[in-house]
Amino acid sequence: MAGLAATLGRGAMSNPLADMEKPDVIFCIGTNMTETHPVAATRLKKAQARGATLIVADPRRIPLARRADLHLPLRVGTDVALLGAMAHVIEREGLVDETFLAERTEGWERLREHLRAFTPEWAEGICGVEAADIERAAIAYGRAERGAIYYTLGITEHICGVDNVQSLCNLMLMTGNVGRPGTGINPMRGQNNIQGAGDVGALPNHFPGFQPVTDPANQEKFERAWGVRVDLQKGMTKVRALERAGEKVFGMLICGENTVVSDPDAGHCRRALGSLEHLVVIDIFLTETAELADVVLPASAWGETDGVFTNTERRPQRVRAAVAPPGEARAEWWIVSQLAKRLGAGGFDYESAAQVFDELCSLSPTYHGLSWELVAEGRHQWPVPEAGHPGTPLLHIGEFPRGRGLFTTPEYRDPAEVTDEDYPVWLTTGRRLAHYHTRTMSGRSAGPEFLVPEEVVEVHPADVAAWGLTDGEPAILASRRGSVVVKVAADDTSPRGTVFSSFSFSEVPVNVLTGSGYDPITDTAELKVCPVRIEPA
Amino acid sequence: MTGTTPTGAASNRLTLDGETVAFEEGESLFELARRHGDAVSSLCFDDRLEPLGACRLCAVEVEGQARPVASCTTLAHAGMVVRTRTADLERHRRILTDLIVSENPTGAAIDSLRGSASQELAQLAGRYEADGRRFGGARSGASRADDANPMILRDYDHCISCYRCVRICSEQQGDDAISVGGRGFRTRITTEFDGLLADSACTFCGQCVQTCPTGALADRRALEHAETPGELAATRSICPYCGVGCSLDILTKGERIVGVRPAPDGPANEGALCVKGQFAWEWVQHPDRLTNPLVRKDGELVEASWDEALDRAAEGFREVAAAHGREAVYAVASGRAPHESAYTIQKLVRVCFQTNQIDNCSRS
Ligand code: SF4
Ligand code: SF4
Repeated sequence: MAGLAATLGRGAMSNPLADMEKPDVIFCIGTNMTETHPVAATRLKKAQARGATLIVADPRRIPLARRADLHLPLRVGTDVALLGAMAHVIEREGLVDETFLAERTEGWERLREHLRAFTPEWAEGICGVEAADIERAAIAYGRAERGAIYYTLGITEHICGVDNVQSLCNLMLMTGNVGRPGTGINPMRGQNNIQGAGDVGALPNHFPGFQPVTDPANQEKFERAWGVRVDLQKGMTKVRALERAGEKVFGMLICGENTVVSDPDAGHCRRALGSLEHLVVIDIFLTETAELADVVLPASAWGETDGVFTNTERRPQRVRAAVAPPGEARAEWWIVSQLAKRLGAGGFDYESAAQVFDELCSLSPTYHGLSWELVAEGRHQWPVPEAGHPGTPLLHIGEFPRGRGLFTTPEYRDPAEVTDEDYPVWLTTGRRLAHYHTRTMSGRSAGPEFLVPEEVVEVHPADVAAWGLTDGEPAILASRRGSVVVKVAADDTSPRGTVFSSFSFSEVPVNVLTGSGYDPITDTAELKVCPVRIEPA
Repeated sequence: MTGTTPTGAASNRLTLDGETVAFEEGESLFELARRHGDAVSSLCFDDRLEPLGACRLCAVEVEGQARPVASCTTLAHAGMVVRTRTADLERHRRILTDLIVSENPTGAAIDSLRGSASQELAQLAGRYEADGRRFGGARSGASRADDANPMILRDYDHCISCYRCVRICSEQQGDDAISVGGRGFRTRITTEFDGLLADSACTFCGQCVQTCPTGALADRRALEHAETPGELAATRSICPYCGVGCSLDILTKGERIVGVRPAPDGPANEGALCVKGQFAWEWVQHPDRLTNPLVRKDGELVEASWDEALDRAAEGFREVAAAHGREAVYAVASGRAPHESAYTIQKLVRVCFQTNQIDNCSRS
């Protein structure tokens, strides 16, 4: 989200989900949306049925790519080259929106210079997409009356995640495809409440409502509210904290996350947690991570807990308890409050989720006009700056939060690791429709287990033969960090030379392989690209 | 074109059962009649689908037309004179209902756990006192016994060929996994090559299940709780899986979760769900759930009281901060738990340690 925050001033989906049915050209990149956000994908299908053109850039022939009018099968990790070339073509063909440039952006001249070198022919050499197809895609998006961009982790989970996002932002700004229905730049958030976790300030650089911790005015505001002076210094990202475990970080509280399976470089991660002096885990199951803890605190689950989730379109909605939690399990806000009180803190005497949420609203400019009562209706999309405000389904009308939209000049960089003699195959990771994250939930339900009972590595049928593998038989997959044994599935979704797996099964911890690098700005791990070797087990 | 005509102008009014009523641009006679009472019903109508006019139940009389018309496929026009409650129409509906019911298995009770719309035919049968017993019927549950997927029961003996499943799969879900096969009496709903759903383009979104008006397509996960005692209740909530944030109802019997149903008015999903939201809820009450606080003693995690566990948790953090400084305590909030969880965690770090040593799991 840092990429958009820098260029526009707001790192969130610009348009509401309902707008997905309105564009005339839809550009999806790095999103396996039919599997990761299935119900949103049905809206794209409807847009297509109404005549919209769908362009999909993805290394694999994913279901969305099979539906596309144009599929750009770029090599993993080469998005900046592809997107730069598309911008080059849009400029060359005179498809830039001059009025929009003049009124709402800055830095165009610098970008125009920068783009000179990004010819489609140059890009073809890097990303492997034919120059003619790059041109077709650029011209289609450039000519669109309402062009919309959608992306997910395929864009951000790279060492150049911020560059990727800003390259997309350039495309949008130069064509003025923003601030209107059916346009915009739309990162689809993965987990049900990952947007909310940021909204409420579970970030090392922001108080609730994205108020920078480095601003003394915010320090003062929260001192008035909470009675303590919080450091002006930003905290570490989780990635850094794990890296410094046993050196700088010695105690951790982890809530509802199976870090050991979901995070890159799982071996390192396990060692990091092992080197802590004190680990407390709040969860609903005894996950692989919880097994390492000194104290495990049982939380109430979905269906047992009152609260609020904010979805990817910035819409806070109520979740409600339908049954009582099992045994001694309790709501997380209660558990955390008890812990805070024992650590000597005041201001944790909450009696309900409602009180917690209302406190959040009082301190967050984006939620200021909301309340527990109002959020029950789920009709607002933030920002909701004051009571009576209808909410903001569409961002960036007339002006960006930072004023003018900023063009940036990302350079193409190779992935942190590239294939070589020892590791000649690209592994890319992702998610499967039926499962969710580390399967702590979906793995305990009959439906998903029936559909996807085990992990496989998808290998192009021609490669299966060429590499001496057998469909349905196990293979060893090795990277510079470790190896796993996994069953081979012949599948032509991935191109030759690229294999695919998900990280949903702890029996096949694919993330022992990944983790070759991190984006220097966001510390997001390069999960999408990892050179590996594959041989029969 | 009457689009800009203010409500009340004669150009968007007609006569419905003797009363002058206003209609909206593009409104069908079915929708209009539904807003004014319950005389007209339908089995093939779903608000989200293109009207089909297949079941003929929604027939109404329009002055100047020799025969009754299907109200779902007839748009309201200014000046029309429409009758929905004549004795002829009622007789037509009664005979039609009796006929439809007669083609269904006798005495088969349709548990409402089968799906959102599963009671539509049963309700109609009740209203017209149709029991179809004169005709005898097929045995329920045997039509696709081979399709053993644990999510969708295909009980086509109840199928009345309204094609709502086929239409919703095509128009709303966009998967075109099922189609109408055969002709006449042999008409049936089928997948490509007549095979199993798992071998078709079906993504198990369950939308066909939820729109089926007879329970011919049914939610197998929920049906496992047919015998679970207790009144069926629904609690509105949001799906716990992805960022789309689909609205749904959690179905319960007492303290047991027995199913999930999409919320037709959910702003993000408008009545749709995917396989996870629809069918993957059993983990909530799985025996593996943690039911007690655990603390490590002699290397083992053992059950403890809340007081003991919380004291241990706090004590450990205090010791870490004393030995290594405030920054040595770090917290990771969840992107799955509700706001109140992540909010209190970031507040704990900031209030108890005055640092910003807090993040959530979005970076991985
Ligand atoms: S479950 Fe969904 S995809 Fe499968 S047949 Fe029904 S509507 Fe189509
Ligand atoms: S039902 Fe599917 S698309 Fe909807 S929120 Fe749940 S996981 Fe996402």
